[in-house]
Amino acid sequence: MFIKLTTFDLSLAAVLVVLLGVLSAYMKLGISRQLYVAAIRTTIQLLLIGLVLKTIFETTQPIFIMLVCMVMISVAGWEILSRQKRKLKGWWGFGVSTGSLFVSSFLITLLCLFTVIQADPWYHPQYAVPLLGMLLGNTMTGIALGMDRLTQTAWQQRPVIEQRLMLGESSDQAISDIRSDAMRAGMIPIINSMAAAGLVSLPGMMTGQILAGAEPVEAVKYQILIMFMISAGTGFGVISVLWLISKRLFDDRERLCFKRLLKQSAD
Amino acid sequence: MRAIADLDDHEGSVSLNGVEQKNITAHEWRQRVALLSAETCWWLDTVGEHFQQFSEEDAGLLGFKNNVANWQVSRLSSGEKQRLGLLRLLENEPDVLLLDEPTANLDYKNTLEFEKFVTKYVDERPACAIWVSHDIDQLKRISQQQYEIKNGNLYSEQAEV
Repeated sequence: MFIKLTTFDLSLAAVLVVLLGVLSAYMKLGISRQLYVAAIRTTIQLLLIGLVLKTIFETTQPIFIMLVCMVMISVAGWEILSRQKRKLKGWWGFGVSTGSLFVSSFLITLLCLFTVIQADPWYHPQYAVPLLGMLLGNTMTGIALGMDRLTQTAWQQRPVIEQRLMLGESSDQAISDIRSDAMRAGMIPIINSMAAAGLVSLPGMMTGQILAGAEPVEAVKYQILIMFMISAGTGFGVISVLWLISKRLFDDRERLCFKRLLKQSAD
Repeated sequence: MRAIADLDDHEGSVSLNGVEQKNITAHEWRQRVALLSAETCWWLDTVGEHFQQFSEEDAGLLGFKNNVANWQVSRLSSGEKQRLGLLRLLENEPDVLLLDEPTANLDYKNTLEFEKFVTKYVDERPACAIWVSHDIDQLKRISQQQYEIKNGNLYSEQAEV
């Protein structure tokens, strides 16, 4: 049984998004534009990828698959940067976010492809691309949240950081509380979804596999694998981002160096 | 003052007992050369949490009654913050104290206690203090050497001790 969605069904959901945007504009929450852009993007992007996904899955050209992965990582890095209120200046911003995605998602996907899934060939796009996609999608959220929390809190708590420096603490100590706070912020989404999995939420991939006729236990195993990989990826990614940024926030004499951050941006 | 504590980028060099500022890490320098800013900052819930070991006795010398360690930081007056800030700073046993108008928010009685406390620390450690003040009488009470900044120039005059 497969119930087809009509244009009317989708419009109904779209109306809800529009209503949310209107309410947000009315309450001056300043999220409407971003929400609309994201909604339009999701529509166009999914339509396009839906058309070519089959072709991608059928190619076995390693270079082509590599290219697809690189595009995915760069876009994710760019999106992380776009969610930041205060970004690092220059290439640092993009470099830090993309670099950490590379460590967290790309390397973990590779590890998983080589040791766990062992498809033939190992870079088979039917496994590699969705796996990387799921990891990127989730770690991206964690990294964006952790990064934003770190720079925002450091900015707001400048007097506290300076006071701690005056008391002879190292830059590492002076920002340690803010860093662990940012770590928590970055990890909350994945910890939530692991804790709620099966009781509150039925993960999409697993549900889809079971509905498509796969053995439930097999589907569950895949889901657990994904969950663990996402949490490890998010954790490593957030840690590397926080480490790099908190280093970058201080100069070599352990002084706060906010001139390395761009001015607040709205979007 | 901020430059001496290496908190602002600066030219020139400073050294303490033959150790140049740039030759040790910044936080080691700041443990020895401690700056008390005009506004101290408190980020945890209670006073005591900001100290390694809170000394009720020293707090008493600065005019505090018992149990200060459990006081809520949010209820401190700016004068109290200043006096407790001094106590907190001295925990590192710095060799040089940089005091930037430290008694601006204190009444006369507390100002005298504050001065006495600093003088006692400086004599016992022994350490030295650089004290910025607009109060001529205060400078007469505490200083051995006075400098005046006029139109960006530094003038020295011997205090009548």
